[in-house]
Amino acid sequence: MKFLFLIIISSTILRAQPEVPLLKQWATDYTNTLNRAELESLNYRLKTFEDSTSNQLVFLMIPTLDAYPIEYFSHEVAEKNKIGTKEYDNGALLFVAKNDRKLRIEVGYGLEGALPDALANSIIRNVIVPYFKRDDFYAGITAGVDAIISAIAGEYKADRDVSDNGKSSFVSTLMMIIFAIVIFLFRGRRGRRGGIFFGGLGGGGGFSSGGFGGGFSGGGGSFGGGGSSGGW
Amino acid sequence: MKNKGLIITLSVIGVIVLIGIILVAWGVGAYNNLVTLNETVNQSWSQVENQYQRRADLIPNLVNTVKGYADFEKGVLTDVTEARARVSQFNITPEVLNDPQAFQRFQQLQGELSGALSRLLVTVENYPTLKANENFLQLQAQLEGTENRISVERRNFNQTVQAYNTTIKRFPTSIFAGVFGFGEKQYFTSTPGSETPPKVEF
Repeated sequence: MKFLFLIIISSTILRAQPEVPLLKQWATDYTNTLNRAELESLNYRLKTFEDSTSNQLVFLMIPTLDAYPIEYFSHEVAEKNKIGTKEYDNGALLFVAKNDRKLRIEVGYGLEGALPDALANSIIRNVIVPYFKRDDFYAGITAGVDAIISAIAGEYKADRDVSDNGKSSFVSTLMMIIFAIVIFLFRGRRGRRGGIFFGGLGGGGGFSSGGFGGGFSGGGGSFGGGGSSGGW
Repeated sequence: MKNKGLIITLSVIGVIVLIGIILVAWGVGAYNNLVTLNETVNQSWSQVENQYQRRADLIPNLVNTVKGYADFEKGVLTDVTEARARVSQFNITPEVLNDPQAFQRFQQLQGELSGALSRLLVTVENYPTLKANENFLQLQAQLEGTENRISVERRNFNQTVQAYNTTIKRFPTSIFAGVFGFGEKQYFTSTPGSETPPKVEF
């Protein structure tokens, strides 16, 4: 019983932490470091990577962890958003806490073979950190994303068939057109009120995906603490 | 008159049988639930064990890499090797979970190994060439990753044990649990000081 109390007490102390966000896009930046075009192109890169391999690679940057351990936070983000498919657990998260100067690559169970801790560590040290030291965040992130992608690209194949993909993108195109018309009509009548439609869709920093087919949603993957952390 | 007595007796028997059937059905359900929970605990325990094993497997490589540095303090290395030997001598069976003393011992041994390892990593800070050695950096990354996996699996394990312990202590399942030998299981506790590397003074 005493143990139980200790656990409960210690876990409530540890819960004094930044809120774990529910991600709506593949790339999310709560620090407004990346500009809109950079974020959009990164997001598109990650989205197309998922479409072709079923691997879900997600990027998240927050301002600070408030001294909460990065390993805990990053694991909680990955688990809460269920990154990766339920079948293969093939998710990965590139997480940056900008003001703490810390970053972590969190690797799902199914990708631990393709992206072992030592490789994740080497990507952080040799690929990302040199750019971060020069405050070139976008270059560091894209180089890191490229390195992670080339490590895990061959691991799984998307098993969704093409016809299904075509159908869903047709439906979403239709939805987008209807949306656009509705918004156009609203705008015409009540000025900027139409904005409410996009308010709900956008990811971090008021960003909304430019492409068809909506935002990111996790596939049910789980994480066992694989990956590596670093700082700059 | 005789007939009436017979009917009463029969219906009393019927009611008793009915209650019996309900009890048995409930008992079977409760029992199966306990078995499932017990298996979940065992499964998460084997994950914990796997990760501890993985750590133990990394150590010889790490020790060999560090050994290559001529003046590296032998005491620190010996501590790690000995702590690892004690851990691997400890025989882990699922019964460990039901035995507070054995579980305590297991935790203590693993804790000692964690302590020895973090002293090793702290000492390495004084050897700049070793610290920059790619081979060492990779081993260090693997070790850190394994420590992190251990902590994740320990948390999972504690959660499954909590679900199990709550169920066996709850009335009326508690009666059954006692009869069928479902005992309380042990939690991992964080030993003070084991989470942060100790300071080494020179």
